[in-house]
Amino acid sequence: MNNNIGSESANCEALAAATGLKPETLAKADKIVAKYPQKRSATLPLLHIAQEELGYVTDAAMKWIAAKLEIEPINVYEVVTFYPMFRLNPIGKRHVKVCRTLSCALRGSYKTMEALEAEFGCKRGETSADGNVTLEFVECLACCGTGPVVQVDHLLYEKVTPESVPALAEKIRASLTDPGYGKKVPTFGDRTEWLG
Amino acid sequence: MKENLPLHAKETLIVYKRVKNPDFKPDIDSYIAAGGYETLKKAMKAGDPAALCSEVEKAGIKGRGGAGFPAGMKWKFLDRKSGKPIYFVVNADESEPGTHKDRWVIYYDPHQLIEGIVLCSYATQAKQAFIFIRGEFIHGAQILEKAIEEARAKNLVGDNILGSGFSLEIVVHRGAGAYVCGEETGLLEALEGKRGQPRIKPPYFPAVLGLYNCPTVVNNVETVCQCLNAVEMGGEKYASIGVKSDAGTRIMNVSGLVAKPGIFEIASGSVTVGELLNDMCGGPLPGRKFKAIIPGGSSMKPLRFDEKYKIKDADGNDREVYLEDVPLDAASLMACGSSIGTGGMIVFDDSVEMIQALANLNAFYKHESCGQCTPCREGSIWMARISKRICDGNGAEEDLDTLKDVADNICGRTICAHGEGEAWPVQGGIAKFRDEYAESIRRRNKGEPSPFTGYPLI
Repeated sequence: MNNNIGSESANCEALAAATGLKPETLAKADKIVAKYPQKRSATLPLLHIAQEELGYVTDAAMKWIAAKLEIEPINVYEVVTFYPMFRLNPIGKRHVKVCRTLSCALRGSYKTMEALEAEFGCKRGETSADGNVTLEFVECLACCGTGPVVQVDHLLYEKVTPESVPALAEKIRASLTDPGYGKKVPTFGDRTEWLG
Repeated sequence: MKENLPLHAKETLIVYKRVKNPDFKPDIDSYIAAGGYETLKKAMKAGDPAALCSEVEKAGIKGRGGAGFPAGMKWKFLDRKSGKPIYFVVNADESEPGTHKDRWVIYYDPHQLIEGIVLCSYATQAKQAFIFIRGEFIHGAQILEKAIEEARAKNLVGDNILGSGFSLEIVVHRGAGAYVCGEETGLLEALEGKRGQPRIKPPYFPAVLGLYNCPTVVNNVETVCQCLNAVEMGGEKYASIGVKSDAGTRIMNVSGLVAKPGIFEIASGSVTVGELLNDMCGGPLPGRKFKAIIPGGSSMKPLRFDEKYKIKDADGNDREVYLEDVPLDAASLMACGSSIGTGGMIVFDDSVEMIQALANLNAFYKHESCGQCTPCREGSIWMARISKRICDGNGAEEDLDTLKDVADNICGRTICAHGEGEAWPVQGGIAKFRDEYAESIRRRNKGEPSPFTGYPLI
């Protein structure tokens, strides 16, 4: 173990480079860490920004976060495995999450899932053969009054019935070729900007 | 009109008054034009944080996150002798299934929350504030961050707020999909960058050993907003809204099998279950009949429409009424053997086979158990397996006794209330629907057709 501080920060820089994250993401990480009274608190936000850019949490990202927050890589790994939103493997280009919990199920979310499975040709928990879509059943998304709800990446779709699945699938397919997808910063108030 | 937020004449709008206003824009100028930040300015000018705490105590606000602990009392428990900094944490995890009320405050009226946080932090003399928001509210977190920056530009957040000498930074911290982080000590672990495993009390009462082992307040989004409104109108006036034992408004957020699920803010006790579901939510779906409700988030015990419940009226006299006539306030629902919790009401009609609903919730709690405590971790798995097995047509007669036995052995034997949360639906379900469950076991084992026409729940 090398206790020389200078080489530790050099080590952190090397680990940062190994993640392949963009310089602006790394700069954002510095800002995030500075917001907290204790560095370790930044574990979840750093995992979020790494996953958002890389698609999943890579070994290199975990090592970098550990060095940056002065904790052991196992401390980052144990967090990744605890929280359902973090993943250790790549998924499809669009992450389609269907709420499975009671309020949405009462409104037919199991049927919605079946329709999505038929639409994309893969089962829940799987990625479609073309690598475009990963289907997942998730627990309550806190939009129980307008169930069944489906969250596609950052967008939430309400009242998704088997009948409206084809239209949703069409939107998802169209988004694959949309260069502006996911880049729009939502303005206040307009529901259509953050709901799909 | 906001499509999912219709208005009703029986409502008393306080927290939702701007949320439900179709013309209201969530930016800071609209909020200020509507009288926003005036309460904070007045409080800062008066310069008496203790007086604010006493207003909140006088208001008698019960916490709106589910457990219903009095907010004023929570603040009072803060350990001020230790000399350690105090932290103010807002629970915006909104993770209890059936609960969807805080979301719309965040999306439609974020500055109400920001003003509430600054005011409550000033009242408790907190050094820093955090909003723990569930990971799935991606835009919600962005909106709050933008609102904080807008407030900062007007010196309402940040250094030396309005020249008062009080400074406050608010950090928005996204969770990552774990239900148990809605439990306040699990939430604090997540804020510290760890697995969200709840801490044992004692010694880890947040008011004494909270975030970074410093005294900490953890309040729900709605609770913070209720505190702001109580200070605005004065504690005594606030306490005069609704019934005495449960001051203020209740945001009833209804989901499930009802014609028009929605969110209605009512003076506590001013509306009955029947009025909420029939008048405000449009009654049952065509051709259906109401069967049961879970009144305040999925962990609470279910109540049947065809049973009578003993409640007390305003004068303390006993009254026996059907569920439809039970007023919506904390004491009445407690008298029925359940709880108003978060106000997240899940409605079942006669198309639902209740064993499937139970299996659905069992699967949820199995997925969300953090795994620290054996009774909760193993118990949730057993209960989920048994109820699923029944639904698969492989149930045994003694399964219901086994289910109840497992549930009975979880309660009181776990670090946090997740244990109760997974056991109550089972205990409550068996108490109310044992005969139907037994008939489901018999019928499913024989492969006979089901009389229930509802969607599959498992």
